[in-house]
Amino acid sequence: MELSREQLLDAYRYMRTIREFEERIHLEFATGDIPGFVHLYAGEEASAVGVCMNLGARDYIASTHRGHGHCIAKDCDVGAMMKELYGRRDGLCGGKGGSMHIADMSKGMMGANGIVGGGPPLICGAALSAKILKTGGVAVTFFGDGGFNQGTTLEAMNFASACKLPAVFVLEDNGYAESTASAWSIGGGDPIKRAAGFGLVGHSVDGHDFFAVCQRARELIEYARAGNGPSFLHVKFIRYYGHFEGDACTYRAPGEVAAARSERDCLKLFRDRVTAMGVLQPPQLDEIDTEVVRLIGSAVAAAKEAPLPDTADLMTHVYGSY
Amino acid sequence: MARKSFREAINEALRLEMRRDPRVIVMGEDVAGGMGAAGEQDAWGGVLGVTKGLMPEFGRERVLDTPISESAFIGAAVGAAATGLRPVAELMFIDFVGVCLDQILNQAAKLRYMFGGKATMPLVIRTMYGAGLRAASQHSQALYPIFTHIPGLKVVIPSSPYEAKGLLIRAIRDDDPVIFCEHKMLYDEMEEVPDEAYTIPFGEANLTREGEDVTIVAIGRMVKFANEAADRLAARGVTCAVIDPRTASPLDEETILESVKETGRLVVVDEASPRCNLATDIVALVATKVFGALKAPAAIVAPPHTPVPFSPALEDAYVPGPARIEAAALAIME
Amino acid sequence: MADGIRAVTVPKWGLAMTEGTVVAWYANEGDQVKAGSDLVEIETPKITNLYESPASGVLRRRVAQVGETLPVGALLAVVADEEIPEAEIDAFVARFVKEFIPESAVESGAQAFKPQMIEIGGRRIRYLKMGEAEGTPVVLIHGFGGDLNSWLFSQPALAQTHLVYATDLPGHGESSKQVGGGDLAFLASAVFELLNALEIGSAHLVGHSLGGATALELALSHPERVKSLTLIAPAGFGPEINMGFVEGFMRASRHKQLRPFVEQLFANPALVARKMLDDIISYKRLDGAVEALNTIAAAVFKDGRQAVDLAPRLAELGVPLQIIWGEGDQIIPAAHVNGVPAAVRVHLVPGAGHMVHMEKAQEVNELIEVFLDI
Repeated sequence: MELSREQLLDAYRYMRTIREFEERIHLEFATGDIPGFVHLYAGEEASAVGVCMNLGARDYIASTHRGHGHCIAKDCDVGAMMKELYGRRDGLCGGKGGSMHIADMSKGMMGANGIVGGGPPLICGAALSAKILKTGGVAVTFFGDGGFNQGTTLEAMNFASACKLPAVFVLEDNGYAESTASAWSIGGGDPIKRAAGFGLVGHSVDGHDFFAVCQRARELIEYARAGNGPSFLHVKFIRYYGHFEGDACTYRAPGEVAAARSERDCLKLFRDRVTAMGVLQPPQLDEIDTEVVRLIGSAVAAAKEAPLPDTADLMTHVYGSY
Repeated sequence: MARKSFREAINEALRLEMRRDPRVIVMGEDVAGGMGAAGEQDAWGGVLGVTKGLMPEFGRERVLDTPISESAFIGAAVGAAATGLRPVAELMFIDFVGVCLDQILNQAAKLRYMFGGKATMPLVIRTMYGAGLRAASQHSQALYPIFTHIPGLKVVIPSSPYEAKGLLIRAIRDDDPVIFCEHKMLYDEMEEVPDEAYTIPFGEANLTREGEDVTIVAIGRMVKFANEAADRLAARGVTCAVIDPRTASPLDEETILESVKETGRLVVVDEASPRCNLATDIVALVATKVFGALKAPAAIVAPPHTPVPFSPALEDAYVPGPARIEAAALAIME
Repeated sequence: MADGIRAVTVPKWGLAMTEGTVVAWYANEGDQVKAGSDLVEIETPKITNLYESPASGVLRRRVAQVGETLPVGALLAVVADEEIPEAEIDAFVARFVKEFIPESAVESGAQAFKPQMIEIGGRRIRYLKMGEAEGTPVVLIHGFGGDLNSWLFSQPALAQTHLVYATDLPGHGESSKQVGGGDLAFLASAVFELLNALEIGSAHLVGHSLGGATALELALSHPERVKSLTLIAPAGFGPEINMGFVEGFMRASRHKQLRPFVEQLFANPALVARKMLDDIISYKRLDGAVEALNTIAAAVFKDGRQAVDLAPRLAELGVPLQIIWGEGDQIIPAAHVNGVPAAVRVHLVPGAGHMVHMEKAQEVNELIEVFLDI
């Protein structure tokens, strides 16, 4: 597929930013400074970035509880995101949402969702708006292998199909729904067939391969934008961390993550490919690495110093007016 | 101005708002009917005909029949509201909220708050409630207390045709999620209703009878029964102020408290199941804020703690009526 | 009906009235009563008012008790000459009660008084037509914030002998709420267009308050269309206007807030019943109603004073004119009649406020009828 040098640099930067964000959160969370739950996306970057590189300002996405990656890939402000995780007043959601509900409607990011399967119906709504208001927009929902068994997701697929909505359903299959293997929990064992049962055109891709994800995502997004209706993308990969931070992950086979990090790291695979093709040079990528580390470092420092919400903020934004 | 039914008043509200604002859409099961079928289009216009005639005027793009998938289409209504449309979705029977409660409770009610104010939710969910149609336990409940309990939702319970039109137009123009509860036994009630569009504010109760001896707060269809009881009591020399809150959330606390301060006696009539219904909420409000004004304990007129029965003989014993309201008022007069 | 025996029945005050409750009697059985004197106080959901005796004679029977609620048209009392025997009075009462059918049971009654809508220049105007007489019709024009129901005590009475139209001005009642610049010229031209649309060649105009100024403005610009002019507490005769009332009326959205302002319209505030406030609040909820009032008020009551003074132009008015004013008017002072040329008939009505045509309806109706006959 054709991607310009700028686009390749952007892709790398997005993925690297997500990786650094998540790795840093992993460390900070362990100190006890970050309240609540966090669910880390490290290892899955190629999915969020591969899909979202094909989306624009008029397109909406909905995410899962594992939402930092989608948020960054949809151009949300990293500093504000970090403050949100720390519950600060100037966080992306004013400290009112936290990691599980991180969102920015102005960027078309309809939020991480604390309810498994919460996203797909919402995105059907965004697709409905696009269709009726004729914005030309497309709506993409990410859900996990766990969410793929939730009634809301299945109903949403049927609904999008019956109403021929400009939607893309992206199954991020990282092998585990919490501690339960997707190989067992997905009845019928064949996500593409399941999606086809609802009338959705579907494809499977290696989620560690940015280029494969990006290519397929582009096809399906254009398919939707052209008015052909919804489609399905099955992204297969591994998450490096547990379901949540604090998960001992004893359900995983020993060495599983180490192997993935050394052999299937999407960032390494990307770097190897673009340098082998001679399109980008290692120093350019190294420079991005350095900038990203600095970006995330200052985001954490700023978040730790940032003011907390006032008690009065408790009462705001329940309604527009009451 | 003409005499119109509750059903017609709601239909008119939808029609006027859909003409005024192209972002207003109607969606739900059989709101037109006949989708994909070979026979009549707009075959139903809603299961009790409330939305009839809208699809022929506005087309199937703005009047959407949906599959029977509440979690999908109510969730889609939520998402559409957040992204530029002003949907009026129909939850056919309030009893069906079980299969889409998450979309209402965790999504619609909370997106604005969780996103720090950066989402709007101009969503109306119209839904039918109430007993009397012999529809039995799963089609007769009055579940508005559940919605009232949830911060972020507004809950509207109109008591008559004039009220329904003005409150629904107001709901459609509101940027917050509104659950609009229509008692199925009120659809044929008639009243003078203006032809033009008008709005009735939320959080402002209506006084349907004036009186000095007893304050009767009544919800939805119970307002009609409370008025009948009040007229019978007036003939016996007991005058009652009858208050229709109109909206359970926001609730016009001031009107209720001021009235109880004047009368010293409170009867609350609520068709919802007695544990944790609106009556308990209103009595608690009065007991905590104006306890000193009470000359007698508050009285609650509500159904028993049972599902709604099928047999007419049993259902008629279940639903509160004017006689029970009258008796409750007389009891606290002693 | 036997000669000399008059039935006094529950009057119909306004389209919506179906029944009234007797609050108090002002004469006892055996008393002499004069036509036009207060006989009985009747309460309706909309208004409580004194009903004047329609006949002179002796009050032979008080049929209705205090506290009794009766339908419109039902027998309240019997007035007759002293000489008529008791037995005849009894027979009269018995026959009346036997033959009486409440209005709601008579379909034709309900049809007779239905307002109509007419499209004029892209605007909808509501009007109510009563009466069947030949001759020049009467057109009644209400004031600021009112509607055609303001004439509920006048229109039926005048319709006995004239064809009478009452209309909702733009921005009011059920007429369209677009009011352009909201000034007198706009209002007058709206009434002029209504005359054209209804094919009324010339009319007796009766206008109250702002409707009075409107009627005068119309008569000044189209004198050939106006046969006579009766102005009741008109605007346009001096700078003073009770802006507290105007602003309070526009701002209030609940009964408690609105009541004190509506009470200012009457010499006797006890006349204001809940349904009157209900109707005003319902009107103000209509899309565009409050905006219309604000636009009109800004144009006509600029900076807290009446913007237009029409009194100097009376000299050029070629049409017969009378002015009626309640002495206790708290909205526009009755003293505004002092600027009027001596040739103009002026009637000051004691014990009445701004809504003199409601408070002293019988007197006002008679003044109008006498004037129309000239």
